[in-house]
Amino acid sequence: MVTKGIKSLMVAAFSLFCLHITSPVFAQDHTPVPHESAEAKLDPAKIILEHIQDAHEWHFFTLGDFHASIPLPVILYSPTKGFSVFLSSRFHQGHEIVPYQGYEMTGNKIVATDGTTVYDISISKNVLQMMLALLILVLLMTSIAKKYKTGQGVTSAPKGWQNAMEPVITFIRDEAAKPNLGPKWKKYFPYLLTVFFFILINCLVGLLPGSANVTGNVAFTIVLGVIAFFIILFSTNSHFWGHIFWPPGVPLFVKLILIPIEFASFFIKPAALIIRLFANMIAGHIIILSFVSLIFIFGEMNFFAGWGFSPLSIAFTVFIYFIEILVAFIQAFIFTNLAAVFIGQAFEGGHNDIDGHADPVIL
Amino acid sequence: MSLMTVLAEIQFGYSHMGGAIGAGLAAIGAGIGIGQIGKGAVEAIARQPEASNDIRANMILTAAFVEGVALFAVIAGLLAVLKG
Repeated sequence: MVTKGIKSLMVAAFSLFCLHITSPVFAQDHTPVPHESAEAKLDPAKIILEHIQDAHEWHFFTLGDFHASIPLPVILYSPTKGFSVFLSSRFHQGHEIVPYQGYEMTGNKIVATDGTTVYDISISKNVLQMMLALLILVLLMTSIAKKYKTGQGVTSAPKGWQNAMEPVITFIRDEAAKPNLGPKWKKYFPYLLTVFFFILINCLVGLLPGSANVTGNVAFTIVLGVIAFFIILFSTNSHFWGHIFWPPGVPLFVKLILIPIEFASFFIKPAALIIRLFANMIAGHIIILSFVSLIFIFGEMNFFAGWGFSPLSIAFTVFIYFIEILVAFIQAFIFTNLAAVFIGQAFEGGHNDIDGHADPVIL
Repeated sequence: MSLMTVLAEIQFGYSHMGGAIGAGLAAIGAGIGIGQIGKGAVEAIARQPEASNDIRANMILTAAFVEGVALFAVIAGLLAVLKG
């Protein structure tokens, strides 16, 4: 009994010790250093915006004059000039941003110097991280699928990553797919699993310091929402549209009010999916960045205030990090669950009902 | 001087103030909403502890809905500050 108590005490002490080892890493990688010079005024809003926006180079940190960043390929298409492919480092000469081949970079947008339209399809930071998440997803899933094909996990106990993925996949099947989609759940299950794991892996990788903010980018969530919208659209049947344009079970004047509301809700439901995921992720990133920026804001006022405040700020940041990990799982599951709910609502058939009300209990 | 003239004298950004107040109100709304969800869930678990897994799943789902609505307001506040 005594050794058990000492063992748990040592586990607790060691975990606390590890926690304190990891915190300085966060502060270092989140170092918001102004790009102009070390004497420039601290602008926390600009720093936070820089960290959550997409960029044409992957910037890790800056030590004095040394910028540790990877330039990424810029791929542009202009109807007048055709395709142009070059590294984004061409825009930088020394400390200045110069135009190159008729294009110039303002902020993080690339415009043509003569004002013609240019389509920017570069491999930016977000695109590269999405490719990385895709690679992780495909490698993980194909490796466990291969194991299942040889019978490992079917006729014998699952091994390795099968153990980690199987509860998650059965959770999605039993909580999101089967209750909402009924007998057609197998048709939509690949989509639901893909969207869940893609959002989850992008959220979790985006929490690492130095990574890209993919799920907090509205363009990413808009595409996910549009895909869900089209899947819902292609699953609708005449019964669904009948209910939208002639809602059953309500008096006539309520029907007339409900028709535009029901029609609008068809578009608003995927829009809510988009904004929910985007706002949750970006709010989490901004909170973490703000807590770390607070150290530097205090440090500008007073050298000792900055150092004195850092343990508190780092403690809050670690706390928010744990919440953000939970939020990543929750938001991925909510997106998947709601997508399943909306798809299920789209093809639910006749209720065998009288005027839309459920069957009365008949003994 | 009346309140209107005093307000007109102030030259700072109203949009920043509006955005911040809006985000704060959204936080109040989210707090009240999720608090009610938690209260209902905890009371239901107290009445029937065997159903606690189902209740927990529903609680988390509903809390995500309410938080989504609050975050719409946060986005509106952010837009007011950034674009105002």
